[in-house]
Amino acid sequence: MEGFAALLHGFEVALTFHHLALMVAGVLIGILVGVLPGLGAPNGVALLMPLTFFMPPVSAIILLSSMYWGALLGGSTTSILFNIPGEPSSVATTFDGHPMAKQGKAAEALSLAFLASGFGALCGVITVTVVADDIANFALRFSPAEYFAVYLLAFCAFIGMGGTNPLKTAVSLLVGLSLATIGMDTVSGEMRLTFGQDQLVRGISFLVAVIGLFGIGELLATADETEKVEGIRARVRLAAVLSTLAQMPRYTVALVRSAAIGIWMGLTPGGPTAASFMSYGVARRFSRRRDNFGRGEPEGVVSPETSDHAAGVSALLPMLALGVPGSATAAVMLGGLMIWGLQPGPTLFQDRPDFVWGLIASMYVANLVAVVLVLATVPIFASVMRVPFGLLAPLIMTICLTGAWMVSGSGFDVLLALGFGVLGYLMKKLDYPIAPLVLAMVLGDKAEDAFRQSMLMSRGDLTIFWSNWLVASITTLALLLLAWPLLAGLLRGGATALRRPAE
Amino acid sequence: MTHRTAAPDAVSRFRASRRLLLLGGGAALLARPALAQAWQPARPVEFIVAAGPGGGTDQFARIVQSIIQKHNLMRTPVIVTNKGGGAGTEAFVYGRGAAGDPHKVVFGTNNVWLMPLVTRVGYGLSDLRPVASMAADEFILWTHTDAPFRTAKDLVEAARERQGAFRMGGSQARDTDHILTKLIERATGVTFTYVPFRSGGEVAVQLAGGHVDANTNNPAENIGQWRAGRVRPLCVFNTQRLTLPEKVHNGVGWSDIPTATEAGIGPAEFRMPRTVWLPARTTDAQAQFWTQLLARVRETPEWKAWLESGSQGDLWQTGAELAEFIRRDEATNREHFREYGWLVEQG
Repeated sequence: MEGFAALLHGFEVALTFHHLALMVAGVLIGILVGVLPGLGAPNGVALLMPLTFFMPPVSAIILLSSMYWGALLGGSTTSILFNIPGEPSSVATTFDGHPMAKQGKAAEALSLAFLASGFGALCGVITVTVVADDIANFALRFSPAEYFAVYLLAFCAFIGMGGTNPLKTAVSLLVGLSLATIGMDTVSGEMRLTFGQDQLVRGISFLVAVIGLFGIGELLATADETEKVEGIRARVRLAAVLSTLAQMPRYTVALVRSAAIGIWMGLTPGGPTAASFMSYGVARRFSRRRDNFGRGEPEGVVSPETSDHAAGVSALLPMLALGVPGSATAAVMLGGLMIWGLQPGPTLFQDRPDFVWGLIASMYVANLVAVVLVLATVPIFASVMRVPFGLLAPLIMTICLTGAWMVSGSGFDVLLALGFGVLGYLMKKLDYPIAPLVLAMVLGDKAEDAFRQSMLMSRGDLTIFWSNWLVASITTLALLLLAWPLLAGLLRGGATALRRPAE
Repeated sequence: MTHRTAAPDAVSRFRASRRLLLLGGGAALLARPALAQAWQPARPVEFIVAAGPGGGTDQFARIVQSIIQKHNLMRTPVIVTNKGGGAGTEAFVYGRGAAGDPHKVVFGTNNVWLMPLVTRVGYGLSDLRPVASMAADEFILWTHTDAPFRTAKDLVEAARERQGAFRMGGSQARDTDHILTKLIERATGVTFTYVPFRSGGEVAVQLAGGHVDANTNNPAENIGQWRAGRVRPLCVFNTQRLTLPEKVHNGVGWSDIPTATEAGIGPAEFRMPRTVWLPARTTDAQAQFWTQLLARVRETPEWKAWLESGSQGDLWQTGAELAEFIRRDEATNREHFREYGWLVEQG
């Protein structure tokens, strides 16, 4: 119960008027930042950083982390309304969120996403409270082999499923993996696939690709369907929020499973993006309504959103305990920590309990504030869908192109986004799945690094992926998930074969 | 203003602050002709960090930014942007594109002149103008607490016995950690398996978890794990011991770490300068402005506290002295890289 007393002390720190005001301000700025694609949470936090130089560390981290929560929620808004993920981790939300919005259920989709996020965040922060002290020890067990196993698990959970043509899935995956190799290679220090172009040295930004593939690609595809020029008659009432709240218990299984996946990925630290993809993949595989996924299935919104936030919240702790950030935003905050004069590391919890527990307490309050605030915006944002497509399309195009520009202020990125837009449109028309490409772009280079580091360490021996119980169980689970459709078929076949003689 | 070079620091500092007052008081138009030679920024300044957010170089730029703001050293605002692509070359290529623009200031390390040696990059050393070197980050040989070796010499002998299977973790390939590892190999005749990770923070955790056998992290990257008793310093690659009196773990502190020479291994000295650059084709007066500004940053307590928190050395070099240092360091490394087969001809 020592932790409980510490938490109470943390609430004393967090629940001052000053800090509550900072939370509201942070969340509001965060929502704004999240809604503008390309600006994104990492840039937003970096922009706000100079303000925090004059604050005590607790206030500074409360402001920045509140902004992060706001940005995560804001990122879901554009995913659902315009099919433009504001954050890498809300890509998976587009798969079913945007179809729901197109069916006139934007308010439901947004409410579902935000409530699920709130639930995920709550589970994450409770976990953080309970296991705060043991976190660092667990994360230390992760060598490159374990990292690779976790990435493999994310890939297998998402990809090894039926539905679309497996060959097309493989093509999409391989294109994504190749795109991920562009730029400097960590392990050899060589430039790869840059063709001597300075703009390619930093690699292809994931956000630029996503803005093109999803945002612009969707726009082109919609423009193609000529009959859909008028706006969607969306019901927009605050009551939609309440009725969605009442429906939440229906998704208990998805919520709990996704929260568990999110927390695991946050602590290990696989990161929120991997968590949301994995959770979506698992939900699609095991849901009773799996055929409805990709066509506006509420469970397909609930699952990635819950995981995204559970991971985002629980990833903050390994960062503090180890000094290794789980996401790009966490990296910026980590830099801030050192500027404020704090040294991240296992002893931070003993040296600065007021800071650590103040932050943890603020995570309870700020996430509550964030969900309430963002739910209040649902009617406003959802009514955007009623605007006729002819008016909305130029606006979305502008958002996409300025978003691509904002990623790093480069004109080349704008051209790249347009190129990806055409690619996204073609892939849609030719029925190639885009998601594997995106997943490969996010995790491909990390997985490759981890694999090659493992091979350096084991001197080329693949048994390193079964060298202890932890890595062995993750690798085996990944391979089982990959082979699941096959295994399920075999089991079913076996069962009928057994039953037949009895008949 | 011709006697400026002879003026002691204190005088020029006074002059600079008086200038700010004059301008701030709305007397700008009157004051300007008299100060025609002295340049100062006319619009917001961009600090470009040749690294991603969170690491040492990023902190370097942001600390300078915070000090400028806090002490009101400059009238125009400062924006910090990270251009860490291609191990920082993205920032230098950006610097080349900004030739002649004194409102773009690039923050890096020795990677400015080392990167063009090992990989094809879109800039040359002549595209940037060195302004100052403000600090030198130290390198320490670390091992994890459960490792059997107590001294650097033990570690080298253990590595010799394991015939190349000894895992040395480091940040990036062909960057400072890798270069130092190669120098230790040259000095001692052993070979390590060098495992590159993305950042010093990752390497620190890999060592604390016992997944690699040693690393050559900077003090700031490993202090958290040292304080927790998970890693142990064996020697520092400096001719003198570190001076910080603080005891970090179990009564052992920075000043107790033996130098590499004391520990009986080489190289005797390896440090990484933290450098500040302007684009090429900027004027002397513009460079002068930044040199003076950074000199004032250097004297603030915040700057000293930052150096101390990361146990970094003070290394203040400017002008011809800095240019000469860079020229010599580049030549030495070019020789070594040729030997390792790392050298790349820029095409």
